[in-house]
Amino acid sequence: MLQSVSDFLVITKRQLLQMIRIPEVMIFATIQPAMFVLLFRYVFGGAIDSGVEGGYVQLLMPGIFVQTVAFTLAATAVGLTADMQKGLIDRFRSLPIARSAVVIGRTVGDTTQNIVTLVVMGGVGYLVGWRPSSGIFKVLLAFVFLLAFGYSMSWIGVLIGLSVREERVAQNLVFMTVFPLTFLSNAFAPTAGMPRILQYFAEWNPVSTVVAGCRELFGVTNQFGATANSWPSQNPLAMSLIYMVLIVAIFAPLSVRKYIRVSSK
Amino acid sequence: MKSIVAEGLVKSYRNGEIKALDGLNLEVEEGTVLGLLGPNGAGKTTTVRVLATLLTPDVGQATVAGIDVLKHPDEVRKVIGLSGQYAALDETLTGWDNLNMFGRLYHLNSAGAKKRATELLEKFSLTEAAKRPIRTYSGGMRRRLDLAASLIIKPKVLFLDEPTTGLDPRGRMEMWGVIDELVKGGVTLLLTTQYLEEADQLADSIAVIDTGKVIAEGTADELKSQVGGERLEITVEADQISVATALVAQVAGSQPSVDIGIRKISAPVSNGSASLIQILRLLDEAKIHPLDIGLKRPSLDDVFISLTGHVAEVVAEGGEDVTKRK
Repeated sequence: MLQSVSDFLVITKRQLLQMIRIPEVMIFATIQPAMFVLLFRYVFGGAIDSGVEGGYVQLLMPGIFVQTVAFTLAATAVGLTADMQKGLIDRFRSLPIARSAVVIGRTVGDTTQNIVTLVVMGGVGYLVGWRPSSGIFKVLLAFVFLLAFGYSMSWIGVLIGLSVREERVAQNLVFMTVFPLTFLSNAFAPTAGMPRILQYFAEWNPVSTVVAGCRELFGVTNQFGATANSWPSQNPLAMSLIYMVLIVAIFAPLSVRKYIRVSSK
Repeated sequence: MKSIVAEGLVKSYRNGEIKALDGLNLEVEEGTVLGLLGPNGAGKTTTVRVLATLLTPDVGQATVAGIDVLKHPDEVRKVIGLSGQYAALDETLTGWDNLNMFGRLYHLNSAGAKKRATELLEKFSLTEAAKRPIRTYSGGMRRRLDLAASLIIKPKVLFLDEPTTGLDPRGRMEMWGVIDELVKGGVTLLLTTQYLEEADQLADSIAVIDTGKVIAEGTADELKSQVGGERLEITVEADQISVATALVAQVAGSQPSVDIGIRKISAPVSNGSASLIQILRLLDEAKIHPLDIGLKRPSLDDVFISLTGHVAEVVAEGGEDVTKRK
């Protein structure tokens, strides 16, 4: 058991080392969300009537945070596909290590990278007027909540990453899944303008529940959701936690199983 | 003692439509080098993947270092080293980082992993490049580092899957030197290659494989003698071909084959050097001065052609190692 923990920590450490060895990757991974903050803040901010004190940026920041952590799925999937293509997964599989070490190490590594990204984004958000009003404890809790959601998404990425053979295919596949999820939600705009059926979808969408949960924790009224009066929109934190547990419970065993049988070529 | 035994391995894909292995048997004596020789798609990589616990065969069994590959894969992983066709390393990390990481994954303690990484870099002449990311390495350096990574625990059995594919001649020579060193250290080595010369150079015995089966086995010399012994070959001016052919026939005791285009006459001979002296004397008496003359021992290429009926094709890197069933 202790051995398995040390195994996955070695894999996690490898990813953190990558961040140090090629800082460009980390820099771009941070610039992109920071750019999103600025774009949305100044392009949509003027057009959308947020109806909350402090303006659109208060509603926007939770949305962008969630979008960013949802894309952990992409980092995980693309990273694993690349490792498979290079034969690195084969080498790991020929080592006397726990079968789950490589995939757990990967998900933990990607989540750790998220910490850096979230801190930078929070800083940029602060510069453009984001002021959570709920106090330090709840703000920290919100970040833990975000990281937990990113971690669960990472497990979906593991399964995709191990099932696809081409890095570019992995990339396209995850963008095709994650983009609609983040836009068919309450992350950036009110769901009220959507057709009724999409409103239901948007309210049951895990991205929406996590965004709504975050808004609650940051102390801002969720003006963009709860038009269809569904249970998730009333209980976003509880629903989000259920989603996270479900995602991990389904995808972690599938991913480990896939890893055991996978062959690179 | 046998270090590697494979019995009746079968592995097929797409519901049996494609047979990568079709009843493959292998035995490798402890401390020796077996060269698994075959063209792309013959089943070499699949064999290695089964023996290295990466792939479960449909049928058959195998032991490595006396351990059952299918029943106790974890135990097998503790005593093998694997270095594949593609340098399986983390490109963004340095050489040192990579070896240190693999050392930790082989459960050396922190100090032990560092010490081993330093030792191996030294041994493979990579100390200077230790702090550089792998992506800046040449092909040969990558392969050496990849090999180093497979030697962290001093494995009992080492699998090298086409260790020199894609390397330039210099890289290949370096790699051969390194492998030679290893073998002197007493490791059992299974080496796959499409280069007949490489098998000849490195292996104690050779198994020729085609369409998922071993089709011939033996030392390089044994395989060569299967195709026949030496051949006498001479090249002469075009107007001298008929006279020279008659003389060669007289020496060889059989009708030589003649290639008019390149003016080459050749025939199998049993007593190599004596025949050479004899034909030289006869040619001299006939006032024929051959442009080229020599005894040729059959190459493994000849062996391959005579065994499989086709040339060992060298397909571009990245070809799938599976074969359509005939």
